[in-house]
Amino acid sequence: MAAPSLPQTHYETIIIGAGMAGLAAGIRLALAGREVLILERHNASGGLNSFYSIEGRKYDVGLHAMTNYVPKGTKGTPLIKLLRQLRIPYDALDLCPQYGSRIAFPSCGLRFSNDFALLESEVAANFPDQIDGFRTLASEIREMNPFQLEGGRASAREAVQRHINDPLLEDMIFCPVMYYGSAEEHDMDYGQFAIMFRSLFFEGFARPFEGVRVVIRLLQDQFRSLGGLRKMKCGVRSIHAEKGRATALTLDDVTRLSANRVLSTAGSVETTRLCDDQNEDAQAGNMGQLSFSETITAFEGQPKELGWEDTIIFFNTRERFHYARVPSSEEVDPTSGVICLPNNYDYGDDRQLEEGFLRVTAMANHDDWCALNEQDYTARKEYWYAQLMQVALAQLPALPDGKNFGERILAKDMFTPRTVRKFTGHLNGAIYGATDKQKDGTTHLENLYLAGTDQGFLGITGAMLSGISIAIRYLL
Amino acid sequence: MTEDQVKQIVIDIINEIAPDEDTGDIKHEVALREQMDLDSMDFLDIVMELRKQHGIEVPEADYPELASLQSCADYLTPKFNAK
Repeated sequence: MAAPSLPQTHYETIIIGAGMAGLAAGIRLALAGREVLILERHNASGGLNSFYSIEGRKYDVGLHAMTNYVPKGTKGTPLIKLLRQLRIPYDALDLCPQYGSRIAFPSCGLRFSNDFALLESEVAANFPDQIDGFRTLASEIREMNPFQLEGGRASAREAVQRHINDPLLEDMIFCPVMYYGSAEEHDMDYGQFAIMFRSLFFEGFARPFEGVRVVIRLLQDQFRSLGGLRKMKCGVRSIHAEKGRATALTLDDVTRLSANRVLSTAGSVETTRLCDDQNEDAQAGNMGQLSFSETITAFEGQPKELGWEDTIIFFNTRERFHYARVPSSEEVDPTSGVICLPNNYDYGDDRQLEEGFLRVTAMANHDDWCALNEQDYTARKEYWYAQLMQVALAQLPALPDGKNFGERILAKDMFTPRTVRKFTGHLNGAIYGATDKQKDGTTHLENLYLAGTDQGFLGITGAMLSGISIAIRYLL
Repeated sequence: MTEDQVKQIVIDIINEIAPDEDTGDIKHEVALREQMDLDSMDFLDIVMELRKQHGIEVPEADYPELASLQSCADYLTPKFNAK
């Protein structure tokens, strides 16, 4: 029996998940006049990149910055191709470029912006014996095709070490690249590294004035206006497999639907385990291990008034940068992370966020956070909020005399791996999903495909490109 | 249907699939790819819209006929008039 608001029980294509990848895939199918239904377990779209309000104050989750920023009309770039494919005008995104960001290590800092020349000159000034290697690495990455769907795995560490032999510079390059998209500890696939390097350093950061909700709203509206169907609060409990095909979906409310083709954005291991021909512990070796916590603070005034002009700071306080699962019972690793000041984008002369915002992200242990009872959970959040604020204040320029940050705080919140797990469904709260990506988007069932994080394109732009690529390749 | 009307149909489609491109001064004899940032995916979209909006089928072997606005008109006008 169909749920009351669903007009039928069979669809050409059903998409699991209304995140960036699912919505983008849905738009491409709807553009081609295909019948498509998107199912989303939560009552908000966006998945990993979403938003919420508390007491009228708007918060973003996920998005610090939209990567891959290029000015309008920059030919042949992922962002411009993506907007074309979705038929969304560039100006509708309202992208405002960053002021400037930096990578901060104990003995060295590197500034970068949306102009690659700044990073190049910073490397030249701080690592004179490495600049030639850095330039060779950059031109090698420029030659790589960012849209390629196939290709074996190669170690990014080894690839970078072919050109750079100062471990400090190597770590400083890996820090932002890994924080913005590596599902793997210590190392990553060179193809993925190249995609991220391009999106962060050759292109850059921007943010819509109203944050990630602008992107989600555009995608939703486009999908709806093309006649696509979207059903919220409607999770998929299982995928019925018969003779190598996905023949039916059972929803959380036990409604059964069927489709010629199914596109899942739930993750690789997660999707496999939804299939009733697989064990509950299938693909255990491919589960992502890396999760994060983030504090968000709303404060009185603008960061500029406090002398804080960075957009994003990627920091590390250890001798070597350590990107790895937080050991059990340590809860959070405050020795590296990301600080983001969403006010510090160029919104134009006549607008600015009314309040200051400060976000601090660090790696966290999923099992620790999920084992806490409600009371302890709240207490540990308080504790780590205070710790991470201290870490952030040590990285930010010292406050001018007479200025106190604590008394400016208007509101605060914190998410943990438990929150990530709840809203993304990713096992282990693994933000960037499984360690082995399925670049061609296929699964063990012939009409079931993967898009999104676990297909392997990263970031918001990557997620949308993933949905589009897989839709065009298999679903039209 | 006249060639000019067919050209307008193609321009309307380009405006739809590439909202950021300026189609105001397209040269009719010059390849569209040389004047605008269109790739092979975009040409697939033009073919798709011709089918969806006007019921015109363009077989893959004929895609080169859509190179310029003039060649579009030469190729498509008889198809529109044969409907």
